[in-house]
Amino acid sequence: MTTPNSKIVGSAVNRIDGVQKVTGQARYAAEQMSEHKPLVGWIVASDTAVGKIISLETGLAEQSEGVHAVVTYKNAGPMKPFSNPEDEGRFTQSRAVLNEPYIRHFGAPVALVIADTLEQARYAASLVDYTIEGQTPELLTHFEGATEVPDSLDGGFEPDANSGNKPDNNDVKTSVNSTYTTPSQISAAMEPHATVAEFKNGKLEVFTSVQIIAPAVQALAVTLEMDPKDIVVQSPFIGGGFGSKLGLHYDATLACIGARYVERAVKVVLSRRQVFYNTPHRGHSTQQMTLSANSDGALVSIVHRSAMPKAKGYEFAEATGAGARVTYQSQYIESTHRVKDVDLPLIDSTRSPGDAIGSLAFESAIDELAHEAGVDPLTFRLNNLPVVHPMKGTPFTSHNLGECLRQGAQQFKWQHKPQPSNGKVIGHGVASAMRMNIFVESSAQVEIDEQGKVTVCTDMTDIGTGTYTILAQIAADALQTSVNNVTVQLGDSRYPASCGSGGSFGAASTGSAVKRACEALIDSIQSQLPAELSNAKLYVEEGKIKAAKPNAEDSATPFLITDYIPTNTFPISAIGKVSEDDTSDDEQYSCGAHFAEVEVDTYTGEVRLLRQYGMFSAGQILNIKTASSQIKGGMVWGAGYALTEGIHHHEDSASFVNPDFGEYHIAVNRDIAEMSLDFLEEPDYAASPVGAKGIGELGITGAGAAIANAIFDATKVRVRDFPITMDKIISG
Amino acid sequence: MATLNLNGNDVSLPDDPRTTLLDFLHQHLSLFGTKKGCDHGQCGACTVLVDGERVNACLVFAFQLEDCEVTTIEGIGQSDNLHPLQQAFIERDAFQCGYCTSGQICSGVSLLQELRNGDPSAVSYNSKVSLKEDISERMSGNLCRCGAYPNIVDAITDVIALERQ
Ligand code: FES
Ligand code: FES
Repeated sequence: MTTPNSKIVGSAVNRIDGVQKVTGQARYAAEQMSEHKPLVGWIVASDTAVGKIISLETGLAEQSEGVHAVVTYKNAGPMKPFSNPEDEGRFTQSRAVLNEPYIRHFGAPVALVIADTLEQARYAASLVDYTIEGQTPELLTHFEGATEVPDSLDGGFEPDANSGNKPDNNDVKTSVNSTYTTPSQISAAMEPHATVAEFKNGKLEVFTSVQIIAPAVQALAVTLEMDPKDIVVQSPFIGGGFGSKLGLHYDATLACIGARYVERAVKVVLSRRQVFYNTPHRGHSTQQMTLSANSDGALVSIVHRSAMPKAKGYEFAEATGAGARVTYQSQYIESTHRVKDVDLPLIDSTRSPGDAIGSLAFESAIDELAHEAGVDPLTFRLNNLPVVHPMKGTPFTSHNLGECLRQGAQQFKWQHKPQPSNGKVIGHGVASAMRMNIFVESSAQVEIDEQGKVTVCTDMTDIGTGTYTILAQIAADALQTSVNNVTVQLGDSRYPASCGSGGSFGAASTGSAVKRACEALIDSIQSQLPAELSNAKLYVEEGKIKAAKPNAEDSATPFLITDYIPTNTFPISAIGKVSEDDTSDDEQYSCGAHFAEVEVDTYTGEVRLLRQYGMFSAGQILNIKTASSQIKGGMVWGAGYALTEGIHHHEDSASFVNPDFGEYHIAVNRDIAEMSLDFLEEPDYAASPVGAKGIGELGITGAGAAIANAIFDATKVRVRDFPITMDKIISG
Repeated sequence: MATLNLNGNDVSLPDDPRTTLLDFLHQHLSLFGTKKGCDHGQCGACTVLVDGERVNACLVFAFQLEDCEVTTIEGIGQSDNLHPLQQAFIERDAFQCGYCTSGQICSGVSLLQELRNGDPSAVSYNSKVSLKEDISERMSGNLCRCGAYPNIVDAITDVIALERQ
């Protein structure tokens, strides 16, 4: 195992794509191929959730000015249907749409109008007339309605798990029995999903906004019944993903079938409302918990039962009980997950699936138990920490939850509450964060030219996480050069396949692949040197690749690599690969402790955040600046989840009442107050060759619960139905 | 021929009266720095300056802007000549995905002028409200799903400090 003596990895390097982003030069999917003058596609959306199209009249639209075609199930061309039983993989399965006269959810496409301009397409779409013979949609409306055991849970968890023995009644001193509900939520990345596609000589070229490239190629090949070799997918800049762009969505399929039909480049950009219906959201959850402690304040029983909807034909269920299974030691732990198949748009990963909403409920209920037991909620958590996995007994590669809580409390000044102003109350809240670390297969290529210029290529994506920058940092350290000397090329299916961005696995997995590629590159160069120099340490300086003679006395006299390797051998490249074999079988978790200070107006119930603070442990931090930003972003989501966010369902029509930013309230600048955080650095080489663990989902896990607990501390009102809006506080 | 002045150059207005300024920039001029996040005035991603004041480009029709001066992110600064706020955004890491960033920066540039002018905000009447809170309030029309808000406020604060030096 190597211990890098790194200077660049970890440091606060500014984003290497920063200038492009602040000058508006970074090109996102919808902005590509503009020189091809793509035609514009606009979706005619279904006003019915489930049913059969019994009439469809497109003539008026087709005659409308600027219109090139109206694509419907009648003319869309061959596609493999959605959700065949033999389909494999959520992100590689068919994403067929307009392939049959059936509608599966409200807002689904009935037709695609393709015109010269957006205005023409939109107007013509209003001329398409259709009738759908509807059926009553199925929804999950109460806990008992979810009876199905999901085939699997996201993250590979078993749907049901229990360990230990139920405690005797005598051993139980305090119990809480609480049911929490969290609403349906949506990623709502600022960039709406968008695709531009063009067929040229039987080959398909696609620019889209997608977090993982290789499965996107596969999904298009499956959907359109093509050879994946004939498809190129590019996604150089992505305006946020948060899970909603793990796979392709209707914009991609529609742009491709549209381009196939009109034999021109076609662009489909979802409107904000279309994003709500044509891309995934997170299902609402009901979480019933019974938690018990003994007279010493030790947890003796944790029972967590989750009920959530699951979109018909799509295998995705969240492990909301993951936190209940791993955060605290308890004599008995039981966790079950039930789902119900519903007629809603796709339900899939939204930032930190399982834990984002699991922690809202579980960490609030833990707080309830601490208060019932008369123990300070911070102390209660510290008193119940596990040493090994509480259910499995297996060791953690590292476990710093205790230190995060302890040091975090000090930094936050847990004991010190400011004086509230008139009519206000102030409270403090804490919550633990445990987020499973995932390390997956990935690969990258690194190339060096004779001037020592380094290029990293991989189909990895940067969804705002800072991938461009951290990969440059890793390569710069490994090849002993500066970040400025490294070019990083991402998001192109012609580059080596990576894991993509998702599940917080991107940085550690692809970062390790880049490190491996650099090591292989060094090996390759060294092997071409005379034997006595083959251990020479390479570095790049002043546009030349140099090396220090391995023999210590001569180390002051470096030599030029090009003195030994002919310049026409360059560029020299190498591929680095990592897989699940490069990570430990032990339990891997990133840990954190969230703290919040809130002020609540006792007359109106208005909550104002005063401070959010977090202490985190996630292995080696690859770039302290971008990592802190990512965590802060998670904490902002936590504020939204605690206080404002939620989709309201209209049950009769299975539609959403508030599918836009006017009514679905993500946190705005002024909702957030002082926010700070620290990392307890502890490179975890058991987790990944670069020592890093995931951070993208750690920041949200527990962030909302800390706020909810602070509201309780301030008001003594426990709201168990998220988000905690003013009305619920006053009526509590 | 009706024109508007875009980043210092006259451009002719589109024929279609339905074309918003935002779609005009994209469809007719292939100028993509200004982003569309909602098309309904709900997110601020499309913020540009019209005669020096911030405006949501999705909420005005291009034809309304005859003879107006429009500045988009491309006119705020260039790669080799960044506006101090663009530089501060980089230093403070005031963005992640970058999709809201053009709008945030245009809004921020306008905010700087509003403060110089002494224009009020919804909280500025209250002397207890700090400059940071006032900036937060004034930037609340620009959503950022990546959650870069604290860093955005820091970047703007840095530029104000620089100006007041
Ligand atoms: S796109 Fe104009 S405000 Fe959102
Ligand atoms: S930087 Fe991604 S939305 Fe603001």
